[in-house]
Amino acid sequence: MIIAEMKPVKEILEMVRDYQNILIVGCKGCVAVCNAGGPKEVAILGALLRIARRKEGRDIVVDERVLDRQCEPQLIEQLAGPVKENNYDAIVSMACSVGPQYIAEQFDTMVVLPGLNTGFMGGTVVHGIWGEYCAGCGTCQIQSFGGLCPLTRCAKGLLNGPCGGSVDGKCEVNKDVDCVWELIYNRMKKLGQLDRLAQAVGAKDWSTSLSGGPRRIIREDLTI
Amino acid sequence: MKAQTNLQAILAKGEFAVTCAYAPPCGTDIAMILENAAQLKGKVHAVTVNDNPAARVRMSSWALSKILLDAGVEPILEMVTRDRNRIALQSDLLGASALGIENVVCLAGDHPASGDHPEAKKVFDLDAVQWIAAIGQIRDQGCLMNGKKISGKPNFFVGAVANPFVESLELHMIHLQKKIAAGAQFIQTLPVLEMERFSLWLSEVRGRALADRCPIIAGVLALKSVEIAEYVRNRMRGITIPDAVIDRLGAVPEDQQQEEGINIFIESIEALRRTEGVRGVHIVAIGWEEKLPELIERADLLPRADSS
Repeated sequence: MIIAEMKPVKEILEMVRDYQNILIVGCKGCVAVCNAGGPKEVAILGALLRIARRKEGRDIVVDERVLDRQCEPQLIEQLAGPVKENNYDAIVSMACSVGPQYIAEQFDTMVVLPGLNTGFMGGTVVHGIWGEYCAGCGTCQIQSFGGLCPLTRCAKGLLNGPCGGSVDGKCEVNKDVDCVWELIYNRMKKLGQLDRLAQAVGAKDWSTSLSGGPRRIIREDLTI
Repeated sequence: MKAQTNLQAILAKGEFAVTCAYAPPCGTDIAMILENAAQLKGKVHAVTVNDNPAARVRMSSWALSKILLDAGVEPILEMVTRDRNRIALQSDLLGASALGIENVVCLAGDHPASGDHPEAKKVFDLDAVQWIAAIGQIRDQGCLMNGKKISGKPNFFVGAVANPFVESLELHMIHLQKKIAAGAQFIQTLPVLEMERFSLWLSEVRGRALADRCPIIAGVLALKSVEIAEYVRNRMRGITIPDAVIDRLGAVPEDQQQEEGINIFIESIEALRRTEGVRGVHIVAIGWEEKLPELIERADLLPRADSS
């Protein structure tokens, strides 16, 4: 899933400083699962903003809504009614950054603000800790690495082996993170694939990643 | 056959190679460099010019390599893949060749997070194995990574680095094997201060017949104080400084630490010279570059007649 976290309240307060009437929109997709932008977090942010502004003696009206997902233009359309009726100054989207962009595209006179910092594609490590596992390079080759991704999980994205800075099985950059090359080696050893590990991996074709510009996946069989 | 570099010729002849590391200045003043170069001339076979070492901005390694070359010192151009993509790396390599720089040592480089611009975007478009292979292709097939023919016939003597002080010996051996298979013609190791662990690594290297294919040049550290030793231990990941070295430097009064550092340095060189499979030494004198000529002299590594 996409892992995100709420922006510091101070930053959000600064963004809404000049507004008196805003809408916070949550998302029940990935960001609800990683406790960043689901119904609970929308309610918390709403309360925090109201309290902070009351303290300043400048009350703010905060409406709250949560969509099933914000990465679907059709679902964003559900905001059309409330937006028309309430004359909001701004909308704070608590989705990954797809959400605020979709809202901006549909409501071209509305100020849209990001309520979250979108992090990465990853999963739960333990409760309350999420890790990054995929860089979205567009050409998955993890079968060459015992099923683990060095491109994402090695701080240098090395494809042929560990750097000299790996100490005690930990990453040069962060001692709390395992050196993924140690994990790859241990897996491939168990799988009897060390001969495969010894084969050189050629230079990556980055044209399928963001280097090739914003990407699209087109499924002819599904397009109307 | 293409002409050999001085370093290449020395290794081919089976002579004990002496190289040293030189960190470019953070700035444009080259007076000190010229002074050091004049002192080093004829005392080492080649000087490795570091490429923004520890991810800290320094004068570009190709520019300093050219300055050394003009001063009569053969450079080894260090190229890390951290800061440049394959377009920039290949471009700089062609430029280096045109300037007469032919020794190149390739590595990924320290991560920007540990450097002086931690906000920088990392590149790592290629890793060391891929970059070594690319240089070989440019030299041997006369074409870029994309297959496009280049003009001229550049000559490169390509090296790689290895850290002998790692836990997963087999994993790092596989990586080293890939670097050599990709075309590395010499290996510089990180500084050796623990002979026993180094010997263990070297016997693995020799067991895989890697040392026969590719000469191993062992790193040696010249430490001028216990303070520097502790700095290296704590700040330079990958370099191992054993307690015995810290204790030994710490046990003598401050004004004698330099001398003790030189003693440790000389003992290391002597031990490495006696070690079968070690084809040369690579001296790293952190913050002590001006001392290099004296260090080389006292370690009995003179005379280094320039074979070119």
